[in-house]
Amino acid sequence: MKYWIIILAALKRKKWRTGLTISSLVIAFLLFGLLRSVAVIFTEDVDLSGDDRLVVASKYSIIDSMPISYLQRIKGIEGVEIVAHQDWFGGTYIDRANFFPKWPVPPKEFLDIYEEFKISDQHKEAFISTRTGMIAGQKIIDRFGWKIGDRIPIIGDIYFLNDGTNLWEFDLVGTFIDSENPGNEDQVFLNYKYFDEAREEMRRGVVGNFIVKLSDKNDGPRVAKEIDAMFANSMDETKTSTEKAYQQMFASQIGDIGFIMNAILAAVFFTILLVTGNTMSQSIRERTSELAVFKTIGFSDMTVMNLVLIESLVLCIIGALLGLGITALMMPALSEMVSVSLGEISLDVSVILSGLGIAIITAFISGFPPALGAMRLKVVDALKKD
Amino acid sequence: MSEILVDVKNLSKEYKRGGETLIVLDDLNLEIPKQDFLALMGPSGSGKSTLLNLIGGLDTPSSGSVSINGERIDQMNSKQLSNWRAGNVGFIFQFYNLLPVLTAQKNIELPLLLTNLSSSERKKHVETALSIVGLSDRSGHKPSELSGGQQQRVAIARALVSDPDILVCDEPTGDLDRNTATDILNLLKSLNEDHGKTILMVTHDPAAADSAKRSLHLDKGKLTT
Repeated sequence: MKYWIIILAALKRKKWRTGLTISSLVIAFLLFGLLRSVAVIFTEDVDLSGDDRLVVASKYSIIDSMPISYLQRIKGIEGVEIVAHQDWFGGTYIDRANFFPKWPVPPKEFLDIYEEFKISDQHKEAFISTRTGMIAGQKIIDRFGWKIGDRIPIIGDIYFLNDGTNLWEFDLVGTFIDSENPGNEDQVFLNYKYFDEAREEMRRGVVGNFIVKLSDKNDGPRVAKEIDAMFANSMDETKTSTEKAYQQMFASQIGDIGFIMNAILAAVFFTILLVTGNTMSQSIRERTSELAVFKTIGFSDMTVMNLVLIESLVLCIIGALLGLGITALMMPALSEMVSVSLGEISLDVSVILSGLGIAIITAFISGFPPALGAMRLKVVDALKKD
Repeated sequence: MSEILVDVKNLSKEYKRGGETLIVLDDLNLEIPKQDFLALMGPSGSGKSTLLNLIGGLDTPSSGSVSINGERIDQMNSKQLSNWRAGNVGFIFQFYNLLPVLTAQKNIELPLLLTNLSSSERKKHVETALSIVGLSDRSGHKPSELSGGQQQRVAIARALVSDPDILVCDEPTGDLDRNTATDILNLLKSLNEDHGKTILMVTHDPAAADSAKRSLHLDKGKLTT
């Protein structure tokens, strides 16, 4: 487009100001990319099909437990291949800063379901056969310098031992890796049998949730319905969903995250709108005589208005592309950080498109008032000598 | 007698200021033949610049008519006037009004962006305009790298590049020293005599007016000589 030299000239006129405005936009779109990518997890529709694992949790709250006796009944449903369960253990390893998730699980069934956790046969066998056994992800091993055979002390904060103390000790008998999703290596699994027998008697015989492996992933909606129907009207009703939906519920315990993130983004973009609008207005005010010259040499009012709008658009699109580009570069690291609690996240095409859409809207709203002023500018008044 | 290029008839321009009506041009008649070089003189507030703006299609009259080359520009709307200006008139200002971040070549090219000329054709036109004003060796320089006289030459080249019939100059030497002003006036004379451009120049400077073929004086919105 032949008018590019005019647009570029306008942007290059005050390089510092243009640079700072673009930087503000980059940060805004970086925040947008990161927060929206996470928010998508909390707001997207749950599809029960296409996933060969289901999670059965308490219907009313994921912190409510369910009787372990449900396991056999779930197992009896047609299409269910394996059933395991897990609990959120909580607890602290030496210091609260050393946080990592700890899950009591039935070793064999759990590892049979989670085939993506690569563990040697020897370690798997040791986990199954060691009552106080613990396996840890490679990242945990590296982080704390643990070795197989170490006895790992965990201070319980949710679960106490039956004698009223809270110092749990587990034997590290194995390690696993998950090369597809290294974030999963940031957790440990404990032998449920020991956990259940050692904890306070009154709390025994229950689990946090069940994990159901299906023979055919297309059976998900039917099996979920059957499980929930089976326990309907009981003391412990269930809600069966995919792992992803369960992760959403798990993370949503602290509030409506999707709403919180969208509210933060709205505030960010409102500020950006003011910043960009101010930059454009100031820039146009400084160039009144230049715009008058354009009109003098034959540029129509509409062309001058469009030039100002395009200038605003270029500013916002550059900011959006850079911001979203940096988001894409940061996404693998972010995904790894949150994958244990939220699952994998990625920069969805819908986030990129909505980012570009917001850039266009921002450009229009912030560019329109100065563009209108430029269109209405009277050459005779603008060129009047002092 | 030469063909008439600018034909101004019963031209009036009034401004409303508060409750008052200010008459800037009062029933003015003027004919400017092709290839004329006319200097408009007069005290501040006499209406010189207003007349220049009306003939250049930057403003519209309160009454009367302005015909350029037989076209009634006073009857054109804003868009038609823009198109007309792009092809028929070149403006030269006292303060050059060049874009500071563009080179001389790019500043001169601006009016050609409104045409259908290709990039190489535009470049050729720019080179011709630069050679006419004697600045071929300064094409890559930005305004801040040029002297006042050179900047005014770039502004003249920008006014020339689309080959308009008429050049409208508002105090073109008002910001220049005597020697540089003489150079610029000689250039304008050359554009008039050698390139056949009709020039209408507003000036306060009698020496500048002497460069023109004829001078007219305006006072209180009327031509006095």
